Amino acid sequence: MSVTNGNGHHNGKQQRFAEGSHGDSLEPSTGVQAFHALHAEDPSKIFFTEADKQKIAEFVSRYPAKESAVMRALWYAQEKFGWLSIEAMNLVADTIPMPRADVQGVASFYTMYWKKPMGKTHLAICTNISCMLCGGYDLYNYIKKTYHIGNGDVTPDGLLSLEEAECLGSCGTAPAMQVNNYEYVENLTLDKLKAFLKERGLER
Amino acid sequence: MTDYKPMILKGYLSPKGHLRDIADYEAHGGYQTLKKAFAMKPDDIVSEVKKSGLKGRGGAGFPTGLKWSFLAKPEGKPRYLLINGDESEPGTFKDRQIFEQNPHQLIEGAIISSYACGINACYLYIRGEYAKWIEMVEKAVDEAYAKGYLGENILGSGFNLKLVVHKGAGAYICGEETGLISSIEGKRAYPRLKPPFPAVVGAWGCPTIINNVETITNIPIIIDIGAEAYAKIGAPDHPGPMLFGISGHVNKPGVYEAPSGTLILDLIYKYAGGVRGGKKIKAIIPGGASMPIIRAEAAEGIGMNAESLKKAGTLIGTAGIIVMDEDTDIVEAIGRLAHFYHHESCGQCTPCREGTGWVENIYGKFLRNEAEKRDIDLLLSICSQVEGRTICALADGAMWPVRHSITRFREEYEKHCKAPDSLPHEWKYVNKAASGV
Ligand SMILES: Cc1cc2nc3c(=O)[nH]c(=O)nc-3n(C[C@H](O)[C@H](O)[C@H](O)COP(=O)(O)O)c2cc1C
Ligand code: SF4
Ligand code: FES
Repeated sequence: MSVTNGNGHHNGKQQRFAEGSHGDSLEPSTGVQAFHALHAEDPSKIFFTEADKQKIAEFVSRYPAKESAVMRALWYAQEKFGWLSIEAMNLVADTIPMPRADVQGVASFYTMYWKKPMGKTHLAICTNISCMLCGGYDLYNYIKKTYHIGNGDVTPDGLLSLEEAECLGSCGTAPAMQVNNYEYVENLTLDKLKAFLKERGLER
Repeated sequence: MTDYKPMILKGYLSPKGHLRDIADYEAHGGYQTLKKAFAMKPDDIVSEVKKSGLKGRGGAGFPTGLKWSFLAKPEGKPRYLLINGDESEPGTFKDRQIFEQNPHQLIEGAIISSYACGINACYLYIRGEYAKWIEMVEKAVDEAYAKGYLGENILGSGFNLKLVVHKGAGAYICGEETGLISSIEGKRAYPRLKPPFPAVVGAWGCPTIINNVETITNIPIIIDIGAEAYAKIGAPDHPGPMLFGISGHVNKPGVYEAPSGTLILDLIYKYAGGVRGGKKIKAIIPGGASMPIIRAEAAEGIGMNAESLKKAGTLIGTAGIIVMDEDTDIVEAIGRLAHFYHHESCGQCTPCREGTGWVENIYGKFLRNEAEKRDIDLLLSICSQVEGRTICALADGAMWPVRHSITRFREEYEKHCKAPDSLPHEWKYVNKAASGV
């Protein structure tokens, strides 16, 4: 399934287009039930302190309707618990309060909310058009091959996870990646990426 | 190029390279325009903005003053200003420069706009990926509150304004104005049918103005120098200073501020340092990924304003210029966009949800050299069946790159086909299905 083209700027070929919207995760796909069973969270660990509840109340006070606070509240929960288990989503729902189903609907709609535990270092590498033209796939494919993970996958030791990001708004400093939903690393090259991994003790 | 003084990216005024600190902004005349605005009647500000000819910088290019004049003002209902900083259109990275360099001008613009429209609550929606820039803007907002530019009775004018920064969480569709409304209401970012337009029924069921970050940052300039002077900047049909994000195969990619109407090729060669490796240009997308792609020849003598771009058969969009050199594989580039739109379709409308997936699959065929010539026409036929048949314009934006790359670069597609078509193929799949193979 190799692609031929004369583009010297990147060798990373698209092999995924025909595989639909599941991206190119290398993990076997499970049903929803099995997925939740696999990523269950100990409910006793998922709670908000008084201070947390006050924070959520402050988010609610910013808007004319309490439901509007759900996005900030989910961010808050994700930062506290590391990812959004069903338990965490329900906790957010009960705290605001709003229907649990609505919160789960919102959490599942947006890509930056993590519905399973991601790696300690999470790399969202942009491969959209401007980054692709500047070699984004070289970086993405390097991680894929070296660590045997695909889009949305985590290494078995839980140290690294990968995401194929859509335009990060960093096209002028392409290719770009975002680390752990925060820091941008721009004007990436393979050497720069390797040095970054080494700094974090992740080189292979 | 040399005698133009930036009016938006004014970071150069400060040795720090940005005007994020309120003291620096004030030292360079910041928040002075606000005083001038408060001395004017709100309706006069609206007509001033109308007269200036300012057109929205978020993609659709709608006249801002006209939009404001549509705002319904029923008794007893609040109105809202939503500022669109979702900036997710591939090839667009200009609003981020405003957050980074000059957030106070955006805040000042938000106050003047709200005052003009009789609005007391403004929400600034910034995409979740910009976490770091959200912190910068939130700090600027806190400073503005502390100095009395936001809050109750601003500068003794009797005008109150609350400004809240809203953090997104990753979804292109939040940038579509009604998707933005759904998102800020705490729902999935499903766009809504228009009418009713947001100016009548918008966020939380109330009349709402939605403008792009750059649009709002232009408001203090208009009030400061006056509509007449503003209308003289750049191209008369689309006036004002403009942020051009240039990316792709250029030597010095980045955001450049210049008057509207600046020639595309000047932007590429004089501002962005020309094409990498001295290569020739094959294709240009002038306004963010959704806008029609053009051949390099078509860009000759074309300026970055609506009228001029129309001559080249394209649109200004977000003024994010994506440059592709002679070695670029157009099918692969547009195929990547096809994946993007399929990924980002919210799924409400069948033509968009299914059509974007079909298109992506067909690009897979081209890229694996499994396609036949009739697949080119199949793509065009899908375009015709999707365009104009959906709730929002994402679907149109998804089909335009396909349609225009085929009409303008058909030979690229033909290169990707396997052996030339031998007729008739029509029954191949049907027969297979019938014989149970
Ligand atoms: C799919 C889609 C995505 C959009 N994304 C953005 C965006 O990220 N930022 C933006 O300002 N406008 C975006 N728009 C345009 C908005 O719908 C709207 O026209 C604009 O925010 C109005 O502001 P303006 O009049 O100041 O340009 C998008 C439109 C569509 C159809
Ligand atoms: S056109 Fe696409 S993105 Fe827009 S509302 Fe319909 S399905 Fe959603
Ligand atoms: S295309 Fe990669 S940041 Fe925009």
